[in-house]
Amino acid sequence: MRVVLAEDLFLLRDGLVRLLEAYDFEIVAAVESGPELARALAESDPEVAIVDVRLPPTHTDEGLQCALAARRARPGLPVLVLSQHVEQLYARELLADGNGGVGYLLKDRVFDAEQFVDAVRRVAGGGTAMDPQVISQLLSRKVRDSPVAGLTPRELEVMELMAQGRSNAAIAQQLVVTERAIAKHTSNIFAKLGLPVSDDDNRRVLAVLAYLERG
Amino acid sequence: MVTRTKAGLLAGGRGFGLSTSALAVGIFLFTLTAVSIALIPIGVGVFTTPPVLEAVRVYANRRRSLAREWLGMEIAVPYRPLPRERAGVLGAVERCGALLKDPATWRDLEWLLADMTAGAVVAMLAPALLLYSVWGVVLAAGVWKPIDEAGGGLWFTFVHITSQSTANLAAVLGFGYAALGLFVNPALIRANFAIARSLLSPTREQALALRVERLTETRHDAVDSSAAELRRIERDLHDGAQARLVAVGMSLGTVEALIEKDPAQAKALLAKARESSAEALTELRDLVRGIHPPVLAERGLGDAVRALALRLPVPVEVDVELPAGRADAPVESAAYFAVSEVLTNAVKHAGADRIWVDLSYGSGALRISVTDDGRGGARVGGGSGLSGLERRLGTFDGVLAVSSPVGGPTMVTMEIPCALS
Repeated sequence: MRVVLAEDLFLLRDGLVRLLEAYDFEIVAAVESGPELARALAESDPEVAIVDVRLPPTHTDEGLQCALAARRARPGLPVLVLSQHVEQLYARELLADGNGGVGYLLKDRVFDAEQFVDAVRRVAGGGTAMDPQVISQLLSRKVRDSPVAGLTPRELEVMELMAQGRSNAAIAQQLVVTERAIAKHTSNIFAKLGLPVSDDDNRRVLAVLAYLERG
Repeated sequence: MVTRTKAGLLAGGRGFGLSTSALAVGIFLFTLTAVSIALIPIGVGVFTTPPVLEAVRVYANRRRSLAREWLGMEIAVPYRPLPRERAGVLGAVERCGALLKDPATWRDLEWLLADMTAGAVVAMLAPALLLYSVWGVVLAAGVWKPIDEAGGGLWFTFVHITSQSTANLAAVLGFGYAALGLFVNPALIRANFAIARSLLSPTREQALALRVERLTETRHDAVDSSAAELRRIERDLHDGAQARLVAVGMSLGTVEALIEKDPAQAKALLAKARESSAEALTELRDLVRGIHPPVLAERGLGDAVRALALRLPVPVEVDVELPAGRADAPVESAAYFAVSEVLTNAVKHAGADRIWVDLSYGSGALRISVTDDGRGGARVGGGSGLSGLERRLGTFDGVLAVSSPVGGPTMVTMEIPCALS
């Protein structure tokens, strides 16, 4: 799988390249600044881009802006954004176009190589990978009379994983239950929240996030 | 026409109030002060002078606030801060000395003199013009006759009234006075306040002295709070990330020793090391957020406050109307942390269910207001968090106003002068 990588710190960039190559990804470009990233995205036609939010030369949100611009130019271009901090504000901007193929993770998530690579593959396949912190922040808001309050603890757990972008199979594996049990939970969740039932992983995420953000 | 008449009548009433207060309260206070100061050599004055001079200040401050209420005229307060109140003879001597050394005290007395003479005359003219015109009409209505019969010699300005026709002339003249009064009365009141301003507002020297005092005070606060901040960061690093990294290093060392003897235990230790490093990262992240929030660095104040609002457990509506360009980093940071503190208060102490934040920029200042529907009752002072906030804003010449009746809602407004670039 062809990957463009943008990360300004040499140690992290090098580490990511090694990790991804170990999992048989093909790094077509590993760049360290915004302008270089823009060029690499335009020229090398990657299957997925992994981008640090903060890049030179401005050291502001250069990477995020580059990624958003690239997605405007090529809708649905899979982008996984990495950062030292996660903000719902940025998550919203990434999800705003509703096209899927978006990931937004803390850099720490790289610690668990398996899960990280899984997230990269999910994003490349048009799915979503939202950092658990974004989701837990959303869930922690107390919205009055929210139907979320009517969910069982198990259903909440399932919804949290669903909002991160996991498929039923992955959720089943993590919670050590059968996939059929998860399917039952998800349809309960959709029913309780009044959301349209969907099998498409990305659509499920968007529905849940849109629901949570309404608060 | 109606508004002009109203303004003229209102000014007449105000002129009456001003002149009577100058002639009654003003003269009384001035005399009292003179006597009290004269009694200082025999000792009694030392005790009587401070309360008397403070009464003078209260009276002068009343005039300053009237200037603001009536004319929107700002007259700054020039008084130096007084020494802390102490009981006994020494306290009284100290207080008396401080009051007498303050040039503002003597300017207050000058103002009392000017106000009871020129000020009173100017103010009195306003009602006098109106009342005199009424007198003209009253004469014409027939009152002239008994007066003329009783002895005559009745004059209305330059008209010697001896008949109904001359009395009518007086009435016409009276209307003229009324028109004149309605026209010039507001200007007369303004003139009275102009006299007050010339003596009650600080001289350039006083203004500078006050400014220096304020700067010394805010610099002191700034140094204090930045030292406290550094101490907090040091402690957090020492007890947090640093300790965890030591633990990681130790675990890795043990793993090195165990890896061949006991691979299972080595694996468990590796997992623990990874956990510790993740915790260290989380702690560093929180610390960084407390020093300079990343969104602020990346996006500026508007988006940083939006991101902050999204983090809170209650719905916050953020309305940002900032022109392009950013304020200086220290101002942005101060504004951000101020908003953060007020929001935290609203959630924690006021138990708010909804919060509104407004950010705007106008006439050279950043304006921020935070309103919540919580239980209210917040106030500045008494060592509350809001006083600390006020002090920190003071470093930037920023000001804080709190309106928080018991039962809510609470509205905290902050203004920080700054330029955008």
